[in-house]
Amino acid sequence: MTDTDRVRHRDTKTAFYLFTQQKLPACKPVLTPAWVITIFLFTGFIFIPLGLVTLRASRSVIEIVERYDTECVPEPFRIDKVSYIQDDSIPKNCSLFLKVHKYMKAPIYIYYQLDNYYQNHRRYVKSRSDQQLLNGQKYQATSSCQPVEFNNARPIVPCGLIAWSLFNDTFTFIRERAELKVNRKNIAWKSDRDHKFGKNVYPSNFQNGTLIGGGKLNPRIPLSDQEDLIVWMRTSALPSFRKLYGRIEEDLDADDVVLVQLMNNYNTYSFGGKKKLVLSTSSWLGGKNDFFGLACVFVGSSSLILAIVFMLLHLKFQR
Amino acid sequence: MKRFVYINDDESSQELYCDNRISNRKYTVLNFLPKNLWEQFSRFMNQYFLLIACLQLWSLITPVNPASTWGPLIFIFAVSASKEAWDDYNRYLSDKKANEKHIWVVRQGIRKHIQAQDIHVGNIVWLRENDEVPCDLVLIGTSDTQGLCYVETAALDGETDLKTRVIPSACMGMDFELLHKIKGVIECPNPDKDIRRFDANLRLFPPFIDNDLCPLTIKNTLLQSCYLRNTEWACGVAVYTGNETKLGMSRGIPEPKLTAMDAMIDKLTGAIFVFQIVVVMVLGIAGNVWKDTEARKQWYVLYPIEGPWYELLVIPLRFELLCSIMIPISIKVSLDLVKSLYAKFIDWDSEMIDQDTGIPSHATNTAISEDLGQVEYILTDKTGTLTENRMIFRRCCISGIFYGNESGDALKDVKLLNAVAGSSPDVVRFLTVMAICNTVIPIKSKTGAILYKAQSQDEDALVNAAARLHMVYVNKNANILEIRFNGSVIQYEVLETLEFTSDRKRMSVVVKDCQNGKIVLLSKGADEAILPYAYAGQQTRALVEAVEQYAQLGLRTLCLAWRELKEDEYQEWSLMFKEASSTLVDREWRIAEVCQRLEHDFEVLGVTAIEDRLQDGVPETIETLRKAGINFWMLTGDKQNTAIQIALSCNFISPEPKGQLLLIDGKTEGEVCRSLERVLLTMRITSSEPKDVAFVVDGWALEIALKHYRKAFTELAILSRTAICCRVTPSQKAQLVELLKSCDYRTLAIGDGGNDVRMIQQADIGVGISGREGLQAARAADYSIGKFRFLKRLILVHGRYSYNRTAFLSQYSFYKSLVICFIQIFFSFISGVSGTSLFNSVSLMAYNVFYTSVPVLVSVLDKDLSEGTVMQHPQILVYCQAGRLLNPSTFAGWFGRSLFHAIVVFVITIHAYAFEKSEMEELSMVALSGCIWLQAFVVALETNS
Repeated sequence: MTDTDRVRHRDTKTAFYLFTQQKLPACKPVLTPAWVITIFLFTGFIFIPLGLVTLRASRSVIEIVERYDTECVPEPFRIDKVSYIQDDSIPKNCSLFLKVHKYMKAPIYIYYQLDNYYQNHRRYVKSRSDQQLLNGQKYQATSSCQPVEFNNARPIVPCGLIAWSLFNDTFTFIRERAELKVNRKNIAWKSDRDHKFGKNVYPSNFQNGTLIGGGKLNPRIPLSDQEDLIVWMRTSALPSFRKLYGRIEEDLDADDVVLVQLMNNYNTYSFGGKKKLVLSTSSWLGGKNDFFGLACVFVGSSSLILAIVFMLLHLKFQR
Repeated sequence: MKRFVYINDDESSQELYCDNRISNRKYTVLNFLPKNLWEQFSRFMNQYFLLIACLQLWSLITPVNPASTWGPLIFIFAVSASKEAWDDYNRYLSDKKANEKHIWVVRQGIRKHIQAQDIHVGNIVWLRENDEVPCDLVLIGTSDTQGLCYVETAALDGETDLKTRVIPSACMGMDFELLHKIKGVIECPNPDKDIRRFDANLRLFPPFIDNDLCPLTIKNTLLQSCYLRNTEWACGVAVYTGNETKLGMSRGIPEPKLTAMDAMIDKLTGAIFVFQIVVVMVLGIAGNVWKDTEARKQWYVLYPIEGPWYELLVIPLRFELLCSIMIPISIKVSLDLVKSLYAKFIDWDSEMIDQDTGIPSHATNTAISEDLGQVEYILTDKTGTLTENRMIFRRCCISGIFYGNESGDALKDVKLLNAVAGSSPDVVRFLTVMAICNTVIPIKSKTGAILYKAQSQDEDALVNAAARLHMVYVNKNANILEIRFNGSVIQYEVLETLEFTSDRKRMSVVVKDCQNGKIVLLSKGADEAILPYAYAGQQTRALVEAVEQYAQLGLRTLCLAWRELKEDEYQEWSLMFKEASSTLVDREWRIAEVCQRLEHDFEVLGVTAIEDRLQDGVPETIETLRKAGINFWMLTGDKQNTAIQIALSCNFISPEPKGQLLLIDGKTEGEVCRSLERVLLTMRITSSEPKDVAFVVDGWALEIALKHYRKAFTELAILSRTAICCRVTPSQKAQLVELLKSCDYRTLAIGDGGNDVRMIQQADIGVGISGREGLQAARAADYSIGKFRFLKRLILVHGRYSYNRTAFLSQYSFYKSLVICFIQIFFSFISGVSGTSLFNSVSLMAYNVFYTSVPVLVSVLDKDLSEGTVMQHPQILVYCQAGRLLNPSTFAGWFGRSLFHAIVVFVITIHAYAFEKSEMEELSMVALSGCIWLQAFVVALETNS
């Protein structure tokens, strides 16, 4: 072997040389019937148990959903709900009775649910200023907040449509005359509290204008502690959505009756939206959602059926 | 319009005409930016992207950050602009080199060394042997006493033989000193690009001889880029300079070639654009309706009661921007990238390196690799492309005695060497014809060795062989030839040269032996043009046998003959010949007739056999490629017989029982028409039979057929899978390519010489063989390879893979953009048709650039079948040829796939994850990761290895 031969021989081994000759090692699976059937069987055996497990987890979650938007308008005002809700002189108190069907283990999550409410509308989503929420009035460029940017030529903190339309119904829960302990802390994301909403930013000039939207904020509490606002500002993706209100930290037994006293302040009547109150336990998988389990079972069983069909076809028309 | 050139007048014409600065540049420093931008924006896709980018600057409607479009857009433009700039800079450098070359020019009566770019019209330029001519000159003086000089015009017309140029009669006999002071005026037409025509007049001013008008023709010119050869010096007056020279005027920037695939992608892009407009209109109207009926009731959205005048447009425009990603901006970048990689693979391929010279294959045009996989017609040159173009004298038969039969090489045959040494008269005469019956010009190099400049390789082979047999053609001085035989010098005076024509199939010279004054006619030609004219009583049986024997060995045969002429016979004929040469009507025919009168009663001396070996692997390559469904046409300047012989030996056509050759010939319109009809008829009948039918046409008949019977000939071209066109000119080759292209066939032209350049440039793909006829074809071509057999690999491996890969890549690019776009559209239905973007700018950009564009580049290494399989079953190429992997229906498949995948991702995202509790950013991230995983899965699924 001469020197040049040796060099060439070594060259042919390097990855770059193989790349230039398009001869990098590659594997090429051949889909024989046996392989296909095995793959389908395998998918079936993975997905069906997975689906059943998740379905079981989802079914173990107990949920109470109660719509209250119509019932909480007194009988005489039901013809014109909009003027009722906009009239500040009428008290908005309302009581609901919730019956617990099954034992519910703490923590029980309290959600309010709004239907037909487009938090994902483009005008709405864009109308906020993350910089202002973090830095307060120091941050001036809040043009994205239009049309709720200034009031009497002074900047609004927090500005924008989202903050302006803050949900302001309140709930208290009473069981057998004793008020249930509701934890309203830590309902927002920790990262939001720590990094997105300023610790030294206080609401100012908020809901002071001619147009009053939703709830008001206590100007002495910094934004990072206004958890209702933080939850609300995480705009929802779907037009009907649930947002966390708090947690009941006591177990509820079957056949317990819970009295809910609520302030029905929020206007969903002008656009025909619904308001619901939701109590829900949780499983290791989260809330109640059968879809994932059902989908898994469906995929798994269809691959099993396909595997069987292929097997039969293969046996029948063996080559 | 005329131009008047005042010779040697330093002042008058300086202002009038441009100087000799050559510029091939497209841009200057100043106009680069506007011109380049203008060029780039003349493409529809770029206009579209610019429009989108501009719309995004309007914050009311933009769904995402404008940077997500501006960034890639600027990047793309910067890349193409810098590529252009680099090319232009290289052109500038080569121009600069040519412009700054030093040239001797007469200024104020003294010869000075100046830069080529400072030559002005009217200057007298002096050239030495082997100098390149810097501008178009009218010759006024040479070192030759008869006013002749030789030029090589290869760079101009691709012909490699030397051409003679002569000084005009008015300047004849002027001496060296006088040439510095000469004054006069040349009246010539304005610059044009016709290199065969120069109709001008010259009038010298008084002190110089007669002041009559002297006509000038192309014979009196030295054109730019030619080389002065075999002449010590020459001088001429510059008439056209700089970019106004004949070469400069004919230099066009070749049109960029567009592949069939690019055209298809453009078409599909157009379809997607239409789809997008429809979607935008529907959603825009729906959005406005929803806004008026629903959104105004939603107090939290706070719609103003009175909107601005453009309010109706806002939602449609938002959707336009949202849907703009349907046409992926990344497709251009990724396609350019993979295409240059395909080209690199060709450059790198170690199996396509010419082992003899070590020259690797090279892809000059990096943009058209896919077209290689879609070739339907290959038009090939013969000599040098199929054959090695190395003519070697192998055997001969002199007066019935065969030489070289045993050893296969007559030059080593002891019998012949002995005969030469013994000065056997037959052999001496034979060798004399071999040595001087030609138009070869011998050139003495510095070392004393003699080089022959021959018009044809056959003559070259004969002269060289004669030299090896001690009959050395030493010198040609005007009409006096000098040959040296066994030490003694013999001189001949050439009286007439009867040039080769394809009708007579022979050429002759009439020479006078300077020693004894005998006049002899020497002829060489094809057997059928010589043997029938042998004198009565000569035994030609042995010769006929020899011809047959040699032809079966695939050797090219020539018969050599000789006849002594009587003085008065010659004189009489000479008058007729002169008269015929100066007739204006039917000159060619008259000359042929006169030649016939002399060329008879030959004493046939013998037969030579010359070998032009086929290149290695040619028959196999042609067979494989024909199996792949590619049709072959052979276009050659060579004779019909040789062409057919070569065609037979390289599987081009099959021998008789299996194949059939149909001849189209004829000298007149009528004959050609009849013959064409007949061939067409046979072709129609046999088209259903599994028979190899090929037609053969020569240049003359082709000219008529193309001119008058284009339709019939086109039909013939479509019907026939094989054709041989002989005696065709470079422009006819280009015309044939044009004809096939007009029938929507993908053509590949392959050639090696300057005469193939036009065909190579004309064809969809030009392949040049870097062979013995220089690098001209290789330089003009899109691909240059060392040997014909690499064509197989070029097409079947590189072309096919490139096609498959690009088909996948381009459709995938649309697919992945469509998936995202469909999800955006679906989301708009649950967000009040308001044009909310589910994804933020960063995710969109990352998805397009990072997550999808980069992984898919792996597909440039994808192979659906191994190289060996493809080579063994070339039929598979049909899939590429017919465009089965990229057409509207496959694209519709991908479209449906993207719709389906978008639905799946969207439904699962919404329902499986959190449902009512889901929040915008979460949902967007889940959907995005869903898409990314799905993309990765699709890439993995579609990748074959």
